[in-house]
Amino acid sequence: MRTVLILSLAAVVLAACEREDRDYRSNPVTAETNEKIALVPLSAGPGGPTEQRSGLGKDYEENAYHISQGQRLYTWFNCNGCHANGGGDSGPALMDDRWIYGGQIENIVQTIREGRPNGMPSFRGKIPDDQIWQIAAYIRSMGRNVPKPAAPSRKDDMSPGPAEQRRPPGEVIDGGQIPPSAQMPQ
Amino acid sequence: MRRIGPFLVLALLPLGGCQGWQSALDAHGPAAGALARMFWIFVAVLATVWVLTMIALVLALRRRRAPDADPLATDPGTERRMTVTISIAIALTLVTVVSLTGLSYAAQKVLFAHKDGGLSLLVKGQQWWWQVTYEDAQPNRVFTTANEIHIPVGEPVLIKLESSDVIHSFWVPSLTGKMDAITGRQNQIQIQADRPGVYRGQCAEYCGLQHAHMGLLVVAESKEDFERWREQQISSAIPPTDDERQRGMEIFMSKPCVMCHQIRGTDAGGKVAPDLTHVGSRRTIGAGTLETTRGNIAAWIVDPHGVKPGVNMPTIQLDPDEVQPLATYLEGLK
Ligand code: HEC
Ligand code: HEC
Ligand SMILES: [Cu+2]
Repeated sequence: MRTVLILSLAAVVLAACEREDRDYRSNPVTAETNEKIALVPLSAGPGGPTEQRSGLGKDYEENAYHISQGQRLYTWFNCNGCHANGGGDSGPALMDDRWIYGGQIENIVQTIREGRPNGMPSFRGKIPDDQIWQIAAYIRSMGRNVPKPAAPSRKDDMSPGPAEQRRPPGEVIDGGQIPPSAQMPQ
Repeated sequence: MRRIGPFLVLALLPLGGCQGWQSALDAHGPAAGALARMFWIFVAVLATVWVLTMIALVLALRRRRAPDADPLATDPGTERRMTVTISIAIALTLVTVVSLTGLSYAAQKVLFAHKDGGLSLLVKGQQWWWQVTYEDAQPNRVFTTANEIHIPVGEPVLIKLESSDVIHSFWVPSLTGKMDAITGRQNQIQIQADRPGVYRGQCAEYCGLQHAHMGLLVVAESKEDFERWREQQISSAIPPTDDERQRGMEIFMSKPCVMCHQIRGTDAGGKVAPDLTHVGSRRTIGAGTLETTRGNIAAWIVDPHGVKPGVNMPTIQLDPDEVQPLATYLEGLK
């Protein structure tokens, strides 16, 4: 009886060995997702604009591997050249709660893929789609809009604040500011 | 015999690793020579100590005590002999420890010797490949390559080790001992090859999924061959001459490849993945994973994660008729 108990306890511990799924080998042919995101919160008629989100975002946002790959790619593709470590520079801050073009992961994917008029370049065809999702998931983690266990812990570089994992949970508010440096000269 | 046969074969297997292009016992440079010498001295001394101890033990076990002897009785003759034996044993132990320490110190002197002048390279460990930059006082003679280091025979070459992500360790067993590559600091080690040859190196600090496929090659060659190689590496990529390569180049430039890879002399300027300016001239791709052939390059581009799962190169959408020109173009970058 005792042995059976110990054995089954050991088996329970082993069950925890399966960690989150890591999908290294995305299928590039079917990867580009077809999200339908409104560019403005206004719409004709009652109700908000019609949008279509595939739900794929969850797979990225709740997955520590994807988020930390996004963290690596954020500097690889030089996003920090314009957005610093999320605090903003010539591009707007990404770690705050204010979003010009929406702070849901689908909106951020769209921002990266298509670009935005006041100086955000389009990365379509330059960054494979699954990596765009990874970067977007990382950006969501900057304001801690992802689950705590999935957010990155301390990195090796100097960091302006606590690691993403230790930041308080954030929210998403529409109406970000275009930094003065990015505004067109009148 | 039937029982111990397989064990004998298994026991002999590790010996097979003592020869070849990656073996600390097959030394081809002063540092590796000092290490191999130390290894054999230690083996000899420790084997002797072990054998002597075993003999003493067996003798002591086999000797019979006289029947009904008084355990408290002492005999001055035996006492003297015991004192002498134990003193000799202590003296021998001291001599052994002191001389091994002295020898180790002498070997360290050779291992960490620093001779001025000569070549200096910046080697940066990355998950899971090596970026190699040949430094030069003239900025236009500095160039970057990956996973393959060429050195002139008989000259000390300074390796400056850095890391861009986690800790790696630089180890070319036939030439030198290990040295870690650590984020945020620079470690240095000097290597020298006494004979021309190709020596394999390997990352020796577990660094993630593809640690096992993080190899490098050191090619030691005569001064003239080395200079010829260096001039060729400094030059920009040769522009394609035929239609297929031309198309391959256009495909490369229009894909995400340019975000990560550099090909000097073209618009591709990424600095986070191996420099491909002369990828066709290197012996392997994927840090020693595959031989550089057109077929292997094609296989790598189509499915890098099939070759090296988890690698930091994404699978990129390509049309079937784009693969051939792309692989031909890359293979032609000699
Ligand atoms: C050349 C500078 C530049 C680079 C490089 C750049 N951005 Fe931007 N980014 C901007 C500017 C400027 C804006 C504001 C655009 C606007 O308001 O129309 C912006 C906007 C954004 C937004 C929208 C913010 C909001 O409040 O809605 C996101 C998200 C973003 N960038 C992410 C990225 C990522 C990820 C990368 C790297 C792949 C990147 N950016 C690279 C300049 C840049
Ligand atoms: C996100 C960055 C990234 C992109 C985009 C990318 N690569 Fe790579 N590539 C890498 C990395 C990292 C390696 C080194 C992998 C390793 O050995 O661990 C690599 C290795 C290679 C190698 C082998 C080089 C060597 O010496 O080992 C070739 C060839 C190559 N890539 C071709 C391409 C081509 C062609 C494209 C475009 C279709 C491309 N890469 C797109 C990151 C990238
Ligand atoms: Cu390693």
